[in-house]
Amino acid sequence: MDALDRVVKPKTKRAKRFLEKREPKLNENIKNAMLIKGGNANATVTQVLKDVYALKKPYSVLYKKKNITRPFEDQTSLEFFSKKSDCSLFMFGSHNKKRPNNLVIGRMYDYHVLDMIELGIENFVSLKDIKNSKCPEGTKPMLIFAGDDFDVTEDYRRLKSLLIDFFRGPTVSNIRLAGLEYVLHFTALNGKIYFRSYKLLLKKSGCRTPRIELEEMGPSLDLVLRRTHLASDDLYKLSMKMPKALKPKKKKNISHDTFGTTYGRIHMQKQDLSKLQTRKMKGLKKRPAERITEDQEKKSKRIKKN
Amino acid sequence: MEGQSVEELLAKAEQGEAEKLQRITVLKELELEFDLGNLLASDRNPPTGLRCAGPTPEAELRALARDNTQLLINQLWQLPTERVEEAIVARLPEPTTRLPREKPLPRPRPLTRWQQFARLKGIRSKKKTNLVWDEVSGQWRRRWGYQRARDDTKEWLIEVPGNADPLEDQFAKRIQAKKERVAKNELNRLRNLARAHKMQLPSGAGLHPTGHQSKEELGRAMQVAKVSTASVGRFQERLPKEKAPRGSGKKRKFQPLFGDFAAEKKNQLELLRIMNSKKPQLDVTRATNKQMREEDQEEAAKRRKMSQKGKRKGGRQGLGGKRKGGPPSQGGKRKGGLGGKMNTGPPGFGGKRKGGQRPGGKRRK
Repeated sequence: MDALDRVVKPKTKRAKRFLEKREPKLNENIKNAMLIKGGNANATVTQVLKDVYALKKPYSVLYKKKNITRPFEDQTSLEFFSKKSDCSLFMFGSHNKKRPNNLVIGRMYDYHVLDMIELGIENFVSLKDIKNSKCPEGTKPMLIFAGDDFDVTEDYRRLKSLLIDFFRGPTVSNIRLAGLEYVLHFTALNGKIYFRSYKLLLKKSGCRTPRIELEEMGPSLDLVLRRTHLASDDLYKLSMKMPKALKPKKKKNISHDTFGTTYGRIHMQKQDLSKLQTRKMKGLKKRPAERITEDQEKKSKRIKKN
Repeated sequence: MEGQSVEELLAKAEQGEAEKLQRITVLKELELEFDLGNLLASDRNPPTGLRCAGPTPEAELRALARDNTQLLINQLWQLPTERVEEAIVARLPEPTTRLPREKPLPRPRPLTRWQQFARLKGIRSKKKTNLVWDEVSGQWRRRWGYQRARDDTKEWLIEVPGNADPLEDQFAKRIQAKKERVAKNELNRLRNLARAHKMQLPSGAGLHPTGHQSKEELGRAMQVAKVSTASVGRFQERLPKEKAPRGSGKKRKFQPLFGDFAAEKKNQLELLRIMNSKKPQLDVTRATNKQMREEDQEEAAKRRKMSQKGKRKGGRQGLGGKRKGGPPSQGGKRKGGLGGKMNTGPPGFGGKRKGGQRPGGKRRK
């Protein structure tokens, strides 16, 4: 089926550009996220999805209709959606008696599911429940992970990597310092993960760096880790493979000292030191008489040694 | 007096500085890890303050968030800045956190036949203008495409060449030639595409799209592929060191429905005799095989553990020693279990050893 898709030649330049955008590239596009409701999603879960959509605009798609699938049993429909909308991150919300307020967050590699983690929502305060001004959409958030749990188990480490991937937004080289507006703070404590988002207020301190005051702005969730479906180690390694062109180039022949001195190495050809052009001090030049006596001394020394 | 006032001034200045810095300094046990390219900070300190907070740790969470954000902002403000159209902009470094890609690496496409030929001959494409002057219509027309400059098929007058059949339709001939050219071009394009995608597409059945399969799955896929020829794999050559696949014969063998009446009668009577007998019937060879297999598995597990610990050399010798002590100890164990059947134990055991394909025998050699 894939072969058939590729054989169809695009007839317009626009179609060609569309297909080129979806091709695998060296420097990848920003990951899009798709937010899907399950067959039995309730109001809480729907509101969570809407809030995340607001946070991640314009790099996300919110599906309005309910889709009756179970991500942990059958991943084909998720993969189909991902292929159609070119999204590699997804969030699926559902609710049933056994797993109330369920949220499955996951990512794809090559349109196949790479990692999936199921989280349960315990407390939820929505964007619209907190009445204050919000930051403009599309701002890049600051991410902070607190708690040593995030490095202990493999599940938590993957969850951290998944959350960074999900919420980080476009990669930029410069950022306007006044435009750093909001921060997402994840704390791992007692088996729960507290997700809070705060708006940043920069106050004057005496020096150049401002003092920070925080104001609670956005969705706040208390999450509990439920099931996980993590990729096998070799598939994960394959997905992390960096192309050689993007690897940071090592500068050769430069080394640094612990004191901060930079040393460089120059490679030279072999020099004949006897033919070096040096400064000639006329006063130190040997007079012919002295040279003769020196030669005689050398000869006598040689005879002695022999 | 002056000295005092100077000292006082200095002390005051220091105090002022300290106060200012106090407003932005945060004390932490462990330093945070920063990834400024992603605007990310990781705090490894255990959240002890929060643990005693109770069910709603909102205020403590906010304090912790404030501290961490202050540290991150301190780091960000130390980056080199530049001014871009009235805004102060900091230059971010490359992100250090490695995250998985969303699509696999692009594979280099193989060259098309024309590109190979051009490379061989050293042909380079010349830059050509888009529009060409068309004498016939008296205007600038495209070089190729819709309403092009010199279109064969659109001429209204064609001279019949000398050697051609006078009743042949020259216009239809030109249109036919054009259709053939288009078809040939399309065929070549598809062939080039197929060559490019032959490298990329996995061949159908049994192979996983992401290219990740275990050895067994690959083996099975290969076997299925071997058998799916017209002669059901009879004339398929094997690689030099490849072994014949195990278990590729009939799965179950049944006796014919009615054939050997004497043999059938004998079998049924034997069955009834066994069912009637009070003593349990034990198949000694099967029992000994089972025991040997279990012990092999245990030894393999032990060996794996020892090689993991790194004591390879010592382990091998030790295991070899254990091995040799094996059979006598097995014989000894059996005494309790078998009861009266001990006599048949060792000979059957030894016999099975010689004939069978036991990997243990091979290993000893």
